[in-house]
Amino acid sequence: MVNFDGMADGPASASGGRPEPRGPVYLDHAATSLMLPEALAAMTEELSQLGNPSSLHNAGRRARRVVEESREQIAEAYEARPSEVVFTSGGTEADNLAVKGLFWARRAADPGRNRLLVTQTEHHAVLDSVHWLADHEGANVDWMPVSPTGRLSPAELRGAIDLDPASVALISVMWANNEVGTVQPIAELAQVAREYQIPFHSDAVQAAGQLPVGLASSGATALTITAHKIGGPVGVGALLLARGTDAVPVLHGGGQERDVRSGTLDAPAIRAFAVAVAIACERRADEAKRLAALRDDLIAQVTAAVPDATLNGEPPGPGRLPGNAHFSFPGCEGDALLMLLDARDIACSTGSACTAGVAQPSHVLLAMGADEARARGSLRFSLGSSTVQADIDALGDVIGEVVERARRAGR
Amino acid sequence: MSGGVDSAVAAARAAQAGHDVTGVHLALSRNPSSYRTGARGCCTLEDARDARRAADVIGIPFYVWDLAERFHEDVVQDFVDEYARGNTPNPCLRCNEKIKFAAVLDRAVALGFDAVCTGHHARLDPALPAPGPRRLVRSVDGGKDQSYVLAVLTSQQLERAMFPLGDITKDQVRQEAAGRGLAVAAKPDSHDVCFIADGDTRKFLRGQLGSAPGRIVEPDGTVVGDHDGSYGFTVGQRRGLGLSRPAPDGRPRYVLDIEPVSNTVTVGPAEGLDVLEIEAARPVWSGCAPPSGPVECLVQLRAHGEPQPATCEPVTGDSGGDVLRIRLDRPARGVARGQAAVLYEGETVLGSATITGALQVRAVC
Repeated sequence: MVNFDGMADGPASASGGRPEPRGPVYLDHAATSLMLPEALAAMTEELSQLGNPSSLHNAGRRARRVVEESREQIAEAYEARPSEVVFTSGGTEADNLAVKGLFWARRAADPGRNRLLVTQTEHHAVLDSVHWLADHEGANVDWMPVSPTGRLSPAELRGAIDLDPASVALISVMWANNEVGTVQPIAELAQVAREYQIPFHSDAVQAAGQLPVGLASSGATALTITAHKIGGPVGVGALLLARGTDAVPVLHGGGQERDVRSGTLDAPAIRAFAVAVAIACERRADEAKRLAALRDDLIAQVTAAVPDATLNGEPPGPGRLPGNAHFSFPGCEGDALLMLLDARDIACSTGSACTAGVAQPSHVLLAMGADEARARGSLRFSLGSSTVQADIDALGDVIGEVVERARRAGR
Repeated sequence: MSGGVDSAVAAARAAQAGHDVTGVHLALSRNPSSYRTGARGCCTLEDARDARRAADVIGIPFYVWDLAERFHEDVVQDFVDEYARGNTPNPCLRCNEKIKFAAVLDRAVALGFDAVCTGHHARLDPALPAPGPRRLVRSVDGGKDQSYVLAVLTSQQLERAMFPLGDITKDQVRQEAAGRGLAVAAKPDSHDVCFIADGDTRKFLRGQLGSAPGRIVEPDGTVVGDHDGSYGFTVGQRRGLGLSRPAPDGRPRYVLDIEPVSNTVTVGPAEGLDVLEIEAARPVWSGCAPPSGPVECLVQLRAHGEPQPATCEPVTGDSGGDVLRIRLDRPARGVARGQAAVLYEGETVLGSATITGALQVRAVC
């Protein structure tokens, strides 16, 4: 499609005396966040070093030391023992390892344990792993419903278990939702699982940088974390896997990482991951407060400009990620909104980036009871370390006009 | 951007001309290939990737628009229905009319864009600069000219259209693609109907319409064979008739007519295909004002067909609508209902209409 002379209806020029934002506005930190300079420096330095952490010689020992120190730092930050940190290539791999590996291990120990209890709003890395187990491994799945704000109640979980406690292999409930930012009562849910001695996995990818996340204090059996959402590089993550829990490996090979995850350890990425984790945890409380204030202003500006926009998920507070705002705009298509904002150099998302391409109604919103139209007409704004007030103002300046235009384009 | 070389070069040319260009790939088929339901074909199909790569190289934004539903209703279903009526539709033409220059154009305009730019091989009359009324003109590459499948567009649609490839040949398009570093430079042309993956139209229609056995007869009513569904035939077709006995005179037989109600296919000698007078419905005039009397012009009766001298006259049809009566100077063969009759003055499209009937030169008995 073409505009004959540049964008005829481009970015609003006069913006009411507000300072012009500095270049592009990035409100998609839930997709990926920018690397902290400290993490970048650590990774760059490590990339020039030689040595496989599994080698026995001096170069290998040096690399091993980097990996183990990083492991200790990450373990400390998330209330785990160093041996409970299993490095992976990222969140998707850690979710696959948790879901498939724990399911296989449990079923191998007791063939009657063939049932998975999973919330309907999981990330696709969990969702599709579970679908795969159902399709190819004969797993039975109970998809647990959520409230209209996306929460799973401990009573709901207990009810699902009680249908047949001895058949449950694994429970998986994400810590905070990647689309609508709803935070689950993980400690309470894990406590229920513990009563029945059922392994409990939680995808904590979105929570790990913004909420106090701990393996020990949550009572979870396994937690998924990844580096690139908290200021580290893409391509490295970890499954925090409680001691004494067996998981059947998904990747077979050299037997690294307790024999659970084979593959040469990526020392530069792991070091940068640890640096990012340490900084994120150190700054977490202040940063969460700062992001929540910006997020609240974003909600105020968007709802002022578009009065019929509805905030999806929990209201601002402990039930919602501080950096997340997720709206439905009646009469609009999410991808039209995204395109119009992109043309004004504002980056956001219609949901999980994996759904990008052909617009699909979000399975998260559908599970929360939204109809297909509302699910399609949604946008997620996610804030992070680089977000400043000018970014929020830039969005506030154009969102009204953008929504109006998207409405004219209809569905 | 389809993922082919034409739309990639068209986008590059539009961007280079200084326009603000956004690439759009249309997801037109439902392709449930993963655990997600519905269309996620874009993530697996090579064409979408090629289109995205081309947009990256050109340096323009790129989006996939899911028009599978509209496409199914307006193009695929129309295609099936037309065959069921004994007609021979042109789905590319319908797609231009209903999807690219309607659904896509409407959405684009609402979103703030001025025009839809495509890689069709056709030109807009350079004597009439934009903005304002446009006239469609054949491509300089006669062999690749696509004005026939665009002739259904109204002048309003043409005002919002851009065809940057009309003044170069297909070979030049490929050379230019290579020069611009577009990986699709050597990608083969697509020929088949895009929604029939294996190119077997008859099999596709059988899947859609089911088996409908009927008779194959000669013009005098003599039964010469059976068929599995009259939709598998096109007027003028010679191959694949599966006739049980040869013609008395030993000459090849052709499909002369398809009668969907009685599900009868009539075959006969080639002369039976000769047509001098054609009726066509729903005329669209983009290249001139609707004429009040007979017009002498050239008429093209199928894609890549030879234009023929004719006299065309708008008349009022039996049902009260506008109808075009076309008298050919010389008989033409293989005129199929459902195809477009496109009227040209030289290289310029005057208008088009859908063929609804053809009078054979003489009854063949």
